Parts: sequence; structure tokens; C-alpha cells
Amino acid sequence: MQLFTSTVGRKVLMAITGQFLVLFIIVHLLGNSSIFIPGGINAYAEHLHALPPLVWGFRLVILCVAIIHIFFGVQLSLENRAANPDTYAVKNLKKATLSSTSMLYTGLLLLAFILYHLLQFTVRATPDIRVGVDALGRVDVFGMVTNSFSHGIIAFLYIAAMVVLFLHLSHGIQSFFQTMGWNNEKSLPVFGKIGKVAAVVFLIGYASIPFVIVTGILKG
Amino acid sequence: MSHDKTMNLTLHVWRQNGPKDPGKFEVYEAKNVSPDQSFLEMLDEVNEDLIKAGKDPIAFDHDCREGICGMCSQVINGMAHGGQDRTTVCQLHMRMFKDGDTIYIEPWRARAFPIVKDLVVDRGALDTIIQAGGYTSAHTGGVADGNALLVPKDIADYAMDAAECIGCGACVAGCPNGSAMLFTSAKVSQLAVLPQGKAEAKRRVQEMTGALQECGFGNCTNHYECQAACPKGINVKFIATLNREYLKSIF
Repeated sequence: MQLFTSTVGRKVLMAITGQFLVLFIIVHLLGNSSIFIPGGINAYAEHLHALPPLVWGFRLVILCVAIIHIFFGVQLSLENRAANPDTYAVKNLKKATLSSTSMLYTGLLLLAFILYHLLQFTVRATPDIRVGVDALGRVDVFGMVTNSFSHGIIAFLYIAAMVVLFLHLSHGIQSFFQTMGWNNEKSLPVFGKIGKVAAVVFLIGYASIPFVIVTGILKG
Repeated sequence: MSHDKTMNLTLHVWRQNGPKDPGKFEVYEAKNVSPDQSFLEMLDEVNEDLIKAGKDPIAFDHDCREGICGMCSQVINGMAHGGQDRTTVCQLHMRMFKDGDTIYIEPWRARAFPIVKDLVVDRGALDTIIQAGGYTSAHTGGVADGNALLVPKDIADYAMDAAECIGCGACVAGCPNGSAMLFTSAKVSQLAVLPQGKAEAKRRVQEMTGALQECGFGNCTNHYECQAACPKGINVKFIATLNREYLKSIF
């Protein structure tokens, strides 16, 4: 299958799987936002986990998509490094950005963060985790999250990870439109702005949760 | 008048005897340089001094010296062709620089472009990409009337913009991934929109991108440095067109 071997094919795979992951973080952000509604996140978690086939099907798809994205991301980065082994004594980049040149590193940092995040709130194996039941007998996700994020270091780690996500997405989202061939001269800067704005929305949306908890605005 | 004054410059020039030689920077003084000289004329004078001193002159590529042949190829202070908008090295003038400036001159650096000597690299890989499909092989018969084959003005303009590529390789030199995607996309786009080229569009995009990969160029990751480096202003919209043509070719 040339989609998995050719230079443009693998670029398209990166773009599509990347966009799948963006769809996931949209859904995940919407779910997380229920923390701002009293009792919201406990109800959301209970309804979600009342449907195990859906949850596991969803997890399986996301896992496959992430594996493709990570595998080809690393493979393409290694190829690109080999194609340009000698760097210039004087470097003078005009269009490339911190975001575009650090995709491999921000990607790997996000992978490390995701593993930690799963270990913490999904497996619930980190020492900070306290899981109780709320007044309605549901798993108290709200209490668990507010307890963990009340530790300054954990809240800081999450906010820092969201800055890394912002860097990854501010190149990744706009790059998708170019890779799919939807760009022309006029749309290129527009998609560039849309990508950056979306990345900022994700940064604010996600980082606001540990921020409001650690600062005591949202009390557990 | 400031432009009547001559200037003295310090040049750090990459010297390398062959593809296997490790190479190193040598420092030269360029004295009494006129601001009206071109960059290559300045190097000519440095070379004359080197020849008079019995030393090996700096090898660099050049041909037409009017910005259309695509031979001159130097990375000056980290920018292909010196970084002036839509300018080749031969059209870069010394008025761009100030008295006392230090200038780093390096060859195009990419695995697919082995260094022949000093600033001269072998850009044969670009020819390999063109040979893979950068042409039309339709039998066109005798010379047709000029208006027999109608091409809308916007399509003709689009193809002409892509055809401006002079194949100098600055896009590869500027690309952090050493990719020749802008070069390849210009030819793919130019031919894909014209009636003569449409017939072979699918085969062309496949074979040209395949050759790009086999020649050891990197993959495009949308840094857009190529567009900034291009002396002819080739736009990255052509890479989007290439991606579209590629997707059309596999589905």
C-alpha cells in the first residue's frame, strides 16, 4: 500500500490521524468542561462507563490512530534528519517556527504526558489518587480530580503539557489543510490563523481546569 | 555619496576538495569592494587575488549571471541566495552589505546534493526527478494554430507561475528536511493544469515523488522555508496541488 510507504502518502496519513486526534481532544475537552457544572463530571463519567462496548471501541480506534501517528511521525523525522545531515554554520530560518521545527519533540513529550495521564486518572495508579463515592453513590471523579490538581506540582505539570500541546497543534492543524491539498494562495494564511486560534482555544480550555483548582477558584 | 565608497569585508568560505573531504571554513579579506558589484564579481576579485598568490581559487557555480539559469547556488549568512526577495546570488549586489561585515558563504547542504568542490554541488538529482515524469509524451503532430487549443487565462497564468522555477535547488538548500517538494510540485502543477499534461498527470505525480524519495531527499513537513528561499517566488500552493494530484492518483 503506497499510502504507508510513499513520501506524500505517509504525509497524508500523518495529517488524517492527527486530525482524528484533534477530534478526540474536542470531545475530551467537552467532557472535561462538565467539571464546571455541579455534579456534571460525575454524571458524565457514569453515563460514559455505562456503555463499555462504546468506551472500549472508542479506545481501540484512538489507540490505532495514535500508533500510526507516532510510528510514521518518528519514521519521517528520522528520514528527514538523514536527508539533511550537515547543518549550516549560520542558521537563518524565515518561515519555519519553533512549533514546526519541534514537532517530533512536542509529540514525544505529549506521548509521555498521555501515558502519565492514563496512569493517573484512568488506571488510577499514581499515589495522589483518592477515589470516593459522591452523595448519589457514583464514582466521585470531581473529588478525585480536584484532590490531584490541588497539588501545585501536578497542576503545573498539566498546564505545561497543554503548552506543549499548543505548540504541536499550532503547526499541526494548519498543516492538515496543506497536506490534504485544500490550500491555495488565499486560503493558506487563513488556515494558518484558524489553526493557531484553535490551538489557543485548546490551551485555554484544558489549562483552565488545573488552573481554577490549584488557585482555589473551583473548590473540591 | 555613500554608495561611492568601497568596503572591506571578511569572508568565511566553505572549502572542500571533494565529496569525501571533511571540508572547513577559510577566512578571506575582500578589500575595496564596490557597492555596485554583484556578489559573484566580488568573489571573482577574491579569486584573482588567490590566483596571484598561487593559491587554489574558490570554486563556485555560475553561468548567465542575469538570474535566469539557476546555476549560482550559495548559502550566504544562512540564507539561500543571500535572502533578498526573488534574487539569485548573481543578482545580489554588494550594496546589501556594510563596510566591515562578516559574511559566511556555504554550499547547498542536502544528502541528495553531494559537494563536488567548495561551493559547487551536484544537483543531478533534480534532473532525475524531471526524467521520472516532468514532461509530456503525447504525440502532438504538426505545429497547431496558436488558438486551436484553448487554455483559459487563469490556468495559463497558474501554469506560467509554476514554470518560473529555474531548478536552482534553493528550496532544497533552505528546507530543514532537505526536501525537493517545491521543485517537484512546480513541475507537477504546471503540467497537471494544462491540456497537454493532464493525460499523464496520475503517472507523473507518482513517478516524480517516487524519484524524489529514491534520490535521498527528505519529506515535506510544511515549514514553507522553500518559498522564502526561492529566487523566483514559487508558492507553496503548488505543494498543495501536488498533494491533491497525488491523492487523486491513488483513489
